[in-house]
Amino acid sequence: MHLVYPAVLAALLFCVGLYGVLARRNAILVLMSVELMLNAVNLNLVAFDVWLRDELHAGQALTLFTIAIAAAEIGIGLAIVLLVHRNRGTADIDRLRDLSETAPDAATEPADREQKAEAAA
Amino acid sequence: MTGTGSGTGIATAVLAANPHAHGFLSPTGVEIAFLLVGIVTLGAAVVSVTTRQLVHAALWLVVALGGLAVEYLLLTAEFIAWVQVLIYVGSVVVLLLFGLMLTKAPIGRSPDADSGNRWAALAVAAAAAASLVWVVVDAFRATWIDLDGAPQGTTEVTGEILFRHWVLPFEALSVLLLAALVGAIVLSRRKNEEH
Repeated sequence: MHLVYPAVLAALLFCVGLYGVLARRNAILVLMSVELMLNAVNLNLVAFDVWLRDELHAGQALTLFTIAIAAAEIGIGLAIVLLVHRNRGTADIDRLRDLSETAPDAATEPADREQKAEAAA
Repeated sequence: MTGTGSGTGIATAVLAANPHAHGFLSPTGVEIAFLLVGIVTLGAAVVSVTTRQLVHAALWLVVALGGLAVEYLLLTAEFIAWVQVLIYVGSVVVLLLFGLMLTKAPIGRSPDADSGNRWAALAVAAAAAASLVWVVVDAFRATWIDLDGAPQGTTEVTGEILFRHWVLPFEALSVLLLAALVGAIVLSRRKNEEH
């Protein structure tokens, strides 16, 4: 098989995931796009491992590790998104502007709850 | 395995004589299957990041991840394909669907699924795709994967290398998974002393 096929497919999948990360507004959809990018990397690792016929099969081992890390990442990420949704009532990334320099008035309403959460933490 | 095609006509002629020769676009069955599944995977990924129905995005992600599992099978990485099906299709997508439901995602079309910087994102992604594809095609234009011989990723081979050469990273990874588990529980626990 031509090596270009999996490599180009991986590059295109990565760019689709990049578009999703930049363009989506819901935090969970951003996490889904991150999964697409990680999968593109996995495809590259497997293809190059099969091409190089590595004795240690480093590509396949690293693919398994990437899958495990992606599972951990999605668990922690969803926990954070659910916490943000519980505290703020929204999962939209565009509305989470507490750290921006020109904070709009949308961030002032749940400020008391946020301070309470910070005090508890 | 040693043939070099220098033109499609010659390549097909060589291919007719020797089925293992590499034409420039030698259409072996594996390549055709890889291309078709790759097109389906890419299309599902594009629909998944552009659809306005949030639950449908997660379901299209299942198609994309399943297509990638088939690609792993075609690359003879059998164990990785089943791990992909088990972990991604089986658990990650279910987690994502639970997350969508728990954040009260709207069922049906939501007009604000995409943020305002959509065209900037499209430009960045198109530029990245053009440069990456150009570099990759230029670098690996004359490289072929040899899929003949013993399969590279059977469960036996993968288990042997994983537990012979990669034991320490494997154990470190299990500690990381435990830490992620504890962290997710701590993050999602309701604090009772506030009420």
